[in-house]
Amino acid sequence: MIRLDNVSKTYVLKGRQGGIARTVPALKHVDFHVPAGQIHGVIGLSGAGKSTLIRCVNLLERPTTGTVTVDGRELTGLSRQALNQARHGMGMIFQHFNLLTNRTVFANVALPLELMGMPRAEIRSRITPLLELVGLADKASQYPAQLSGGQKQRVAIARALASRPKVLLCDEATSALDPQTTGSILALLRDINHKLGLTILLITHEMEVVKSICHRVSLISDGELVEEADVGDFFTAPKTRLGREFLNDFLKLEPPRALIERLEEAPGHNTHPVVRLAFRGDAVAAPLVSRLARECGVDVSILQAKVESIQERTLGLMIAELMGPAEKTREALDYLESHDLQVEVLGHVQRDA
Amino acid sequence: MSSAMLELILEATLDTLYMVAISGVISALVGIPLGVLLYVTRPGQVLAQPVLSGVLGIVTNIGRSIPFIILMVAIIPFTRMLVGTSIGTNAAAVPLTIAAIPFIARLVEGALNEINPGLVEAAQSMGATPWQIILKVLLPEARGGIFTALTVTIVTLVSYSAMAGAVGGGGLGDLGIRYGYNRFNPTIMLITVAILVVMVQGFQSLGDYLVRKSDHK
Repeated sequence: MIRLDNVSKTYVLKGRQGGIARTVPALKHVDFHVPAGQIHGVIGLSGAGKSTLIRCVNLLERPTTGTVTVDGRELTGLSRQALNQARHGMGMIFQHFNLLTNRTVFANVALPLELMGMPRAEIRSRITPLLELVGLADKASQYPAQLSGGQKQRVAIARALASRPKVLLCDEATSALDPQTTGSILALLRDINHKLGLTILLITHEMEVVKSICHRVSLISDGELVEEADVGDFFTAPKTRLGREFLNDFLKLEPPRALIERLEEAPGHNTHPVVRLAFRGDAVAAPLVSRLARECGVDVSILQAKVESIQERTLGLMIAELMGPAEKTREALDYLESHDLQVEVLGHVQRDA
Repeated sequence: MSSAMLELILEATLDTLYMVAISGVISALVGIPLGVLLYVTRPGQVLAQPVLSGVLGIVTNIGRSIPFIILMVAIIPFTRMLVGTSIGTNAAAVPLTIAAIPFIARLVEGALNEINPGLVEAAQSMGATPWQIILKVLLPEARGGIFTALTVTIVTLVSYSAMAGAVGGGGLGDLGIRYGYNRFNPTIMLITVAILVVMVQGFQSLGDYLVRKSDHK
């Protein structure tokens, strides 16, 4: 449904340095595909190029090179007029809602239809069910200033859906909302995706958003897509360091501060390994820790542990210190790895005297 | 006070209102579109035309930098060509209009500048043409600011129209100068000033009311 081929965007800055225009690459050779009906998330830190990426999809930003194809039409090759036509088939919602302050809720939702030249009577008949869908039927004649943030975003969603688009672009749509409202907006988006079969591309910096509604996720860093995976895989085994950082930050699973200070990179004469274990699927159910103690003869001190369920998958995470003689702990690590656990040695701590 | 004097005051008041109305309406009709043009042709805006924008900016600044009293005298040939005379209320309305156009244009440009650029972006994402953006987003969203701009302009026109009295333009300023100042008649002077004060208060209140009614920010 949405396809980006080798898309790059370079901004030219004002002013020159040494006679050459200064440029900043915002996107570098992005290839990207979202199949119809999918909710695809793009996550990244601020300044990574997320906004530029989503704006390249409906050509609010024109890519410097590369092609953008939506619903089988190559947008980058269209005339201005044809592009405006194509944009009727794409809805977009924004972090700060961008509702017209001098229009009522009803008139805001009517705007895209007015732009398409739809007759008044038809507009009216289309808007009422939309306002019901987003749960704001009773607010039709109010102005945006009278609404809460969550209600404003609902109006924006109704507006984005008014032209019956096939694609919905969400630019940090929940970043300005509190956690509870975020939840209800995400539920609404999931509902829309389900009911209308809408393809949704969203950008965010919040793992929670990706976790709760996305099917697939791309990780963007410094203008490049560095990782793409199904959400279940991304949350259980991110392939890149940045992916792991996002995940750890999300799970808040870091060894206690006091322990971090004592961690040494290389094993010493009298040290224990501190490991991060990630286990999913069957491994979650198996009593691995007690087996470890019995079969390898090491003691396990659990420093932190968490079980998360991510879209019908279960993910267990644990930070633990393996206590025992060096050869025994080595054996224990091999044992864990052979049982389909992801093991990461964080460092080594001095054995207490 | 004699009834002749009262009649004179009434006539001068109507003259002032007439000059302000004529120049206010015409300068709004020209100034608002010019303000929109100044805004939308800026680099990065929906109809970006850097050269045109630069030229319009310079012309507007020139219009705004000429002192009104000089403008009034300098364009006498133009005024004569337009209305056939260089004295009277019609003649005074010409320089008033010319002075008010760039004034309104800059104020309108400023009002448009207050609009959140995200709104334009949202309209673009819906496939709005530049013309639709102007009519459906920029002008309605700047409505309050435009009413403020018009109020400021009308109030300024009231005081400028008094200056027009100095070159035989008619109106309250003319009356104040001829009877109040030249003939040392403090009563007339006070009455003309009082009427001007009431007029300005009235326009300001009306303007404030319209701004309140039209803006839902």
